[in-house]
Parts: sequence; C-alpha cells; structure tokens
Amino acid sequence: MNKKKKKGFWHNVWTYKALILMALPGFVWFIFFFYIPVLANVVAFKNFKITPNGFLNSLFTSDWVGFDNFKFLFASNDAWLITRNTILYNIVFLALNLFFAIAFAIIMSELRNKRLVKVYHTMSLLPYFLSWVVIGYFVYAFLSPDKGIINQWIASSGGTPINWYTNPTWWPLIFVILNVWKSLGYNSIIYYASVMGIDPTYYEAAMIDGANKWQQIKHVTIPQIIPMMTVLLILNIGGIFRADFGMFYNIPRNSGALYQVTAVLDTYIYNGLTATGDLGMTAAAGLYQSAVGACLLLIANMFARKLDPNSALF
Amino acid sequence: MGKKKKIKKVEIRSFNPTVNFIFNVVIGLFALSCLLPFIFVISISLTSETSLAELGYRFWPKEFSFSAYTYIFGGNMSQKIIQAFGVTIFVTVFGTFVNATMTSLYAYTISRSNFPFRRFFTIFALVTMLFTPGMVATYIVVSNFLNLKDTIWALILPLALGPFNILVMRTFFIKTVPDSIIESARIDGATEMMIFMKIVLPLAVPGIATISLFAALGYWNDWFNALLYIQKDSLVPIQYLLMRIQNNLDYLAQNAGMGSQIQGGLAALPSESARMAIVVISTLPIALTYPFFQRYFVGGLTIGGVKE
Repeated sequence: MNKKKKKGFWHNVWTYKALILMALPGFVWFIFFFYIPVLANVVAFKNFKITPNGFLNSLFTSDWVGFDNFKFLFASNDAWLITRNTILYNIVFLALNLFFAIAFAIIMSELRNKRLVKVYHTMSLLPYFLSWVVIGYFVYAFLSPDKGIINQWIASSGGTPINWYTNPTWWPLIFVILNVWKSLGYNSIIYYASVMGIDPTYYEAAMIDGANKWQQIKHVTIPQIIPMMTVLLILNIGGIFRADFGMFYNIPRNSGALYQVTAVLDTYIYNGLTATGDLGMTAAAGLYQSAVGACLLLIANMFARKLDPNSALF
Repeated sequence: MGKKKKIKKVEIRSFNPTVNFIFNVVIGLFALSCLLPFIFVISISLTSETSLAELGYRFWPKEFSFSAYTYIFGGNMSQKIIQAFGVTIFVTVFGTFVNATMTSLYAYTISRSNFPFRRFFTIFALVTMLFTPGMVATYIVVSNFLNLKDTIWALILPLALGPFNILVMRTFFIKTVPDSIIESARIDGATEMMIFMKIVLPLAVPGIATISLFAALGYWNDWFNALLYIQKDSLVPIQYLLMRIQNNLDYLAQNAGMGSQIQGGLAALPSESARMAIVVISTLPIALTYPFFQRYFVGGLTIGGVKE
C-alpha cells in the first residue's frame, strides 16, 4: 500500500509537471514571504542582535533566552495598556460596524429608487479606497488647531477652540467615527448583496400572514443573513488582536500627548522595531499578537460550527 | 390578473413613502459625508495662501489660486513630487502585472479537479489566512535575509500575492471553466500551458480584472512597505512622500524655538495649499476611475465570500 502510494507520488509529479511549474512562483513566494518569516519568529526567544554577516549568522550567534522577552513584555505597564486599547477599540468597531452595515443594507434593500441606491453605494465606497495617509490629511483639514473648520465653528459659536492633537479626550470617539465611516460602504455592500439574494416568496408569504415591515425584517431578513454574519464575525474575531496600524499611526500624527489613547499592539511593535531597537522583545509582542489571534479564530470557528455547521469557515 | 401581481411585487420590498423619504435623507447624508472631505481638500488646494493664513480652511475659497498646482510642477520640490508619482505608477503597473500573473497561475492549478496536489497547494496558501508572521519577523527576513531594503522590489514583492485573491480567482475558474473544455483540448493535443493561455485566460478576463483592481489599489495606496524599507529619496512613492512632508512639519512645529532655522525649514516644504494639492492629485486617479470598476470590485467581494 505504502509502496504503491510512493510510486504514485513521483508518477504524479511527472505527469502534472506543467501544473506544478505553474504553481511554483506562488509556492516560492509563500515560502519567502510567509513560511520563513513565521519561522523567523524564533527571535522572540532569543537575545537577537543583527551581525554584519547576514541573517542566518545573526540568528545562530544570538543567545537563547527562553521566555525572558515575554516576561519583560508583560512586566512593563505598556503590555496591559496596549492589549486593553487594542481589544476595546476592536470590539467597539466590530459591534458598530456590524450594526450599521446590516441596518444600511436592509434599509437600502427596501428603498424604492434602486438607481439612487447605486449612487449611494458608489459614494459611500470612496473612503474605503483611500489610504489612511490621505485620510490623515482630510482629518487635519477638520481638526487643525488654528485653521481647522471645527475650531472655526467652535470659535464662531463662542466656545474655546480645542487643541485636538494634544488633548486625548475626544480621540476614542474620533477613531470610532473614522473606522465606521471608512468601512461602512464596503461592509454594507457585502450585506446588501446577501439581503437582495433572499427569495422574495418568503416576503410574500410573510405579507399574506399579515407581517408588517419590522416583522418581515425581524423574521425573514435577519435569519436569512445569519450564516453570512457568522462567517464575517469569525474572520473579524480572529483579527481582534490586530489593530489597524494605518489609522492609529497616521491620523494622530504621532503625537506623544495622545499616547494613552492611541497606543495599540501594532503601533507598539512598530515603535519597538524602529525606535527602541529591542528586536527580541518586539518580536515577542508580535508573536503574542499572532498566536492569540490564531487561537481566537479557531475558538470562534468552533463555536460557529457548534451553532450551525454550515456557517463555520473550516 | 398579471398586472395586479406585478404591482404587488413592487410593494413587497419597499418602505411606505414617508419612511422611504426619511431613510433616503439619512443614507443620502452619510453618502455625502463620504465625498465631503475630498471636496473640502480640493477647495483648500485652490485657495490662495494669504486667505488660508487669514481665514483658515473654508469650504468655499475667498480667493482662488492655482499656485499650489504650479508649485507641484515648477516649484522647488517638483522634481521630488514628480519622481514620487513615477515610483507609484511604476510600482502599481508592474506590481499589478506580477500579482495577477502569479495569482492566476496558482489559482488555476488548485481549481483543476484532477490535479492530485490540489489539496496540498490549497492548504499551503490558506494557512496564511489563519496566522500572520508579524511585522518584526517579516521585517527581519525582507531586510536582512532577502536584502531588499532600499530596492524597488521591497515595494513590489511583499504585495505580490495574497490568499484572498487566490480564493477569488480559484472560485472564478471553477465557475467559468468547465472541466470538459480542458479535457477536450487535451485530447486534441494541447499542452497545459497552451490550454491555460488559449482557453482558460480568455474566459477568465472578468476575474483577472477583479484581482488586478484589488492589487492595483493595494499598490497605489501602499505606504507601509515604504515606511519600513525605503530611505532612498529616489524610491519614495507618493503616499510615503506625503507622510514624510507631514513628519517634517510636525518636527518643525515641535521645535518651534529655533527661529531662523524654522523659517528655512518651512520654506523648503510645500505650503498648506500645495500639500492639499498633492493629496488631491494622489487621490484623483482612484476617485475618477473606481465608479467604472466598482462592478468588478463588488463581484470579487461576493465571490470571495463563497466558501469551500
């Protein structure tokens, strides 16, 4: 049996050499840009120093330190702050995005003028296509302390202008608004496609039974899009440990005064990589992030499969 | 009878007129809020520097001026700005080509039901959705092992492939290219490469348009790889140039006590309106073209959502 399988393997390689060659560029890319970097995470367990003789030399000559990097990381005050910020922000983003995306999708599916709906879709997709760098400039046009339009409004209505880039009070709200604003168009289109795909006879039946609009939404639309919700929710829960680096790095303009509300895992790792130079501890933070993220994804998937085998990812 | 039925069908999935009006206003306002900041930035870029200094940013310029745009194409930074656009355009065009080629080749092999290594290559690609190597490990590998730092490849290769695009393309191949066509071509003596080039690719053009769109957007908007790997001025893409201008301004603002040096530093950087003009020019290609490509984009999203 075993012998037969082995012979079959090389036979298959030869027969399908053309297809294997086609997959080869992608295969090599995954090795260099995914599998080797994954293995390079061992630096989290080392006192990693870059030597002039290349990567492998520096990897082999640096000392093993076991879990010391992780101990240092969790002993610092930052670990708690960045974990809390990352998770809290992401939970709020997740909940609000889910709510607004579904609400917008359902509302748009019931609007009478479908041509207008198309216009709304096109308009609301624009932020999704822009980079956080560009949006950072947009935000500055509103929040600039001396020229921004919001401080102009505050001043003209008799209030004291706020120095937005040094005052942390409003930033959690600003991040929430920006996150929802940027992704709502995209998210609502995904749900819209799924809502429009629901068999109209369900609604006919519900109407004959005397269901009003709200009851139709509650008992027909929402149950029908739950599988899709579950899949997207699982994917997002896996990403709950991954902060949107672009937003947290570009929008507050790297202002030190805002550190308490802008520090998340990804900005911490980036600062560790570029400023402090402690690669071992920074890699430990990165591994902590990836490992917890993968576990969350697996757990969420397990729950999804328990609830409904059809809506699990794998 | 038929007429009556039709009227009923229209009524089924729509609000009554009052509710319809209210929700149109709500959604319409949100949709406007998506365009507004961009229009605002355009109008700032068209405002004269003196009226900006006097009145701040306004939605309607008090004094129009094209000086920001003449600065971009003739000022002291114009060479840097035009070079940055050149880098972005090259990286977007070439990178999208590389991405679309590798993605379709890889996705095609795992879409073929008779390919015995299909399962292996599928899992090999999908594992990357579950786990991320992390910024530090990727950085170390790209800069110290592959030695891509300060080369154009550092802007192209990290975005050259992704599991999502592979999934979209694989689903597309399965849906549009029936096994029987491939089988009959093989019986006629076509090689695998001929089948792919002559039969599969022409059928898959809409799919390729979709993944090229995703890839092109990724490359055009990329600043992250430049932030990590690029220091050389000649390789700075436009998004990263905007970040650099920003950082220099913040630096100058934080060290405001240094007097004359600040004046010199500020003079070397683009003015308020010129900065906004760079933002406008870097955004315009996307803003003008995406309404035409939106169909492919939405198609790709719904395909990507389809499971195994």
